[in-house]
Amino acid sequence: MSEAADAIAFENVTLALGGRAVLAGVSFAIRAREFVGMLGPNGAGKTTLMRAVLGLLRPQNGVIRVLGRPSTHGNPAIGYMPQIRSRVAGLRLSGWDFVAATWRGHRLGLPHLGRDGRREVAWALEMVGAQDLAHRPLAETSGGEQQRLLLAQALIGRPRLLLLDEPLISLDPHRQREVVALARSLQTELGIAVLFSAHEINPLLGAIDRVLYLGQGQAALGTVDEVITGPVLSRLYGAPIEVVRLGGRIFVMSDGHDMERDMHRHDTAHAGCHDPSHEIHHA
Amino acid sequence: MLDYDFMRHAFAAAGIVAVVGGLVGYFLVLRAQTFAGHALAHVGFTGATGAVLVGISPLAGLVLLTVAAGIGMGFLGERLAERDVAIGIVLAFSLGLGLLFLHFFTAYAAQATALLFGNVLAVSGWTVWTLLGLGIVTIAGLAVISRPLLFASLQPELAEAKGVSLRLYGVLFLALVALATAECAEIVGVLLVFALMVGPPATAQGLTSKLGSGLLLSVLIALAEAWLGITLAYYTDWPSSFWITTLSAAAYLATRPKISFARA
Repeated sequence: MSEAADAIAFENVTLALGGRAVLAGVSFAIRAREFVGMLGPNGAGKTTLMRAVLGLLRPQNGVIRVLGRPSTHGNPAIGYMPQIRSRVAGLRLSGWDFVAATWRGHRLGLPHLGRDGRREVAWALEMVGAQDLAHRPLAETSGGEQQRLLLAQALIGRPRLLLLDEPLISLDPHRQREVVALARSLQTELGIAVLFSAHEINPLLGAIDRVLYLGQGQAALGTVDEVITGPVLSRLYGAPIEVVRLGGRIFVMSDGHDMERDMHRHDTAHAGCHDPSHEIHHA
Repeated sequence: MLDYDFMRHAFAAAGIVAVVGGLVGYFLVLRAQTFAGHALAHVGFTGATGAVLVGISPLAGLVLLTVAAGIGMGFLGERLAERDVAIGIVLAFSLGLGLLFLHFFTAYAAQATALLFGNVLAVSGWTVWTLLGLGIVTIAGLAVISRPLLFASLQPELAEAKGVSLRLYGVLFLALVALATAECAEIVGVLLVFALMVGPPATAQGLTSKLGSGLLLSVLIALAEAWLGITLAYYTDWPSSFWITTLSAAAYLATRPKISFARA
């Protein structure tokens, strides 16, 4: 496998979920060692796209290549931080055991770590600066601290591609910046590719190399200046969109409403499960 | 006290079951599936009474039907939102069905209390050997799947992405829970399996956040509660199940202040 192989390459990929086409004939390529922010309205297919990269969902059409090979289920080269994390908050188990469960977790037998495993868990905790959290029960850690432990968990097995599904949800702006900075430093230090999904472009500005924007079954990949524009986003939202830049921040507006911000608010309230078309109409 | 055969049998049976319940229960509490365990015990009541009706041993009926129900529950377990309601309905129906079987076999009514509330002092030597065999199978099964089971319990989405079949381990685990439940029911009865399968692991998880110590502590607490309960029953002549459930609740409540304090 060559060093230059793209981290994720979609060739004319169609992904369907429950009979509905989430992505229709999409092509793009995320390079190795690239930090890409993934944005798009709810239901645009951000989680679905990650599940397809993980081999959990087969494309109806087209080819997905991950690190130069066709996507397969259980690919050890991919680290993944899933979005559903409510379970974690109530656990009485320590952060160490939580992260350690990932070490060769698919093998049968007793959950014994061994020296290699202990070293790997210690390394992952150190990479995210969570050594001090490791011996506290998860139930007694904050949202930001849990996020670090989840990141450590994603690093177990030394992946070359990291998929982070909405790591910023329910964090305050200060913690959001910390998580983005941490993800960026991991990406640079480990020389890996990171796909980081989020609701809003602003926390990611300055950290990401490129942005992958999803909407209306389509995708646009490019620099922030290339993608976050009125014409491109109007196509992806299927509605006239205006992009306003103000004081180093970007506002995606439709009819005078800030689309990304609206979505974020709704999402925190409803835990991310509602109809994206609704957003467009009331906006 | 240990001069009597029935007391030696009681201690041996309760010891075996406490170890099994403490270990399986730890994962049950971790996976937040305690209600499923409770329901499986009720299905066991139907199995035991049904077995008597068709002329086989109640323990065999108990084991067969709980394991079948555990596997069935595991296959249906995907629809999380519906689970509580579905389990509740199955639970009530099982008890109702068990009652009907008892109705057809009225001479057996005295044994109904033993099935529902347990009677560890009536355990025979043969039953102890059966429990030992079942216990070894259950613990061996748990040992084989414990690693992927733990991964799937703590981070199902990530485990699935890494190639762990959530459904397979969900089904296998509930089958083990069913076996453990059937064994616990022999000691404390189908209505009170919580005392051995949920009380000790929940108490242990309140005391330590380490996985290894948690499992060990869960077993030790279950053993202490079971044996102390039988001893108290011997000296007071009150039912052993009463003492075991009381100790289980007391130990859990005694560790609660630590939990609420830590959360505050």
